[in-house]
Amino acid sequence: MSAEEFLKGLWKENPVFVAVLGMCPALAVTNSAINALAMGLATTFVLVSSSLLVSLFRNIIPKQVRITAYIVIIATFVTVVDFLLAAYTPVVHKELGAFIALIVVNCLILGRQEAFASKNRAGLALADALGMSFGFTFALLCIGVIREVLGNGSLFGIGVFGEGYEPWVIMILPPGGFFALGFLLLAFNGVTERRKNKAKLKDLN
Amino acid sequence: MENLIWIFVSALLVNNFTLSYFLGLCPFLGVTSRLETAFRLGLANIFVMVITAICSYALNTWVLPYAPYLRLITFIIVIASSVQFVEMAVKKLSPELFKALGIFLPLITTNCAILGLALFATNKGYGFVEGIVYALGAGGGVTLALALLASIREETRLMDIPDLVKGTALNLIIAGIISMAFMGFAGLFSAT
Repeated sequence: MSAEEFLKGLWKENPVFVAVLGMCPALAVTNSAINALAMGLATTFVLVSSSLLVSLFRNIIPKQVRITAYIVIIATFVTVVDFLLAAYTPVVHKELGAFIALIVVNCLILGRQEAFASKNRAGLALADALGMSFGFTFALLCIGVIREVLGNGSLFGIGVFGEGYEPWVIMILPPGGFFALGFLLLAFNGVTERRKNKAKLKDLN
Repeated sequence: MENLIWIFVSALLVNNFTLSYFLGLCPFLGVTSRLETAFRLGLANIFVMVITAICSYALNTWVLPYAPYLRLITFIIVIASSVQFVEMAVKKLSPELFKALGIFLPLITTNCAILGLALFATNKGYGFVEGIVYALGAGGGVTLALALLASIREETRLMDIPDLVKGTALNLIIAGIISMAFMGFAGLFSAT
């Protein structure tokens, strides 16, 4: 049961590729794989901790002010992450800049609180949050890797193509974010479509 | 004065919130199927952004020096509640304006562009007037991006597009091309 909640976030209900949630960070900070990973992990921390807290307090929080309560909880954890990153990894913190603070308004996080954590017990909420955030991190990494490899000829800062490669600078600039995600979505749609067709074919046979 | 114009044009074109900071993408992809709605959403955005600029200036001056760790929480709560108050006031004072902005006002409050505006203005250390000009520029930029995407999407409706590409994937690629065009504006200021 929990495993199912965990797995759905990775592929079937992947927050970026299927639900198209949390787009701002998915595009803004993915100009290198390391930034994408840092953003994914920061979001993971916030989503998991706030889901846990919301799930534990789900019977205490009054219905009328629940959204405000969720936002306050989320904002608290984002502040924690912000200060943690600033203290331990100042370089990454500087690169991500205001986008760490903007995790507060990531619709993915508020969406999971409203749709799942507020209705389920802590164990399930934890599984759901972990699955969703790993799905999110995975998607961010995909975009980050594509953009860094094409735009800079490197992966996690290590060159992959050698000297002769002329980087596609556009990929690490803002338009590259739109293109990378656009084509990834195309690929994702293609794979899903083919699976569906195969299943149909099996049914026919 | 020159400084103010610079702030305005930079937020409007060069550092466009939607196309180069990727802020407010949810409405950008969600509500741009019709030009009319997109334009209204843009107007509501400008409106909320100006209120945000005023609120964040007030918070930065009077509250946050004493409790810097409360920055995020106070920004979110104060902005959301003041937009609610202003919404009520607008409803009472100018029903036409309220009708034009409609449902978008409360939705926009939780848009990342709004919090982004407050944070960027704080990081850049803008004063009161600068903050408002920055908000006008940023809001105008968002409106421009929304209107552009909506117009292109209206045109694509009658085209023969493969099912696979339809929807978000196509919108993102269109957005990428618009964003590429906007990069040309970066040259505006390199001469000065």
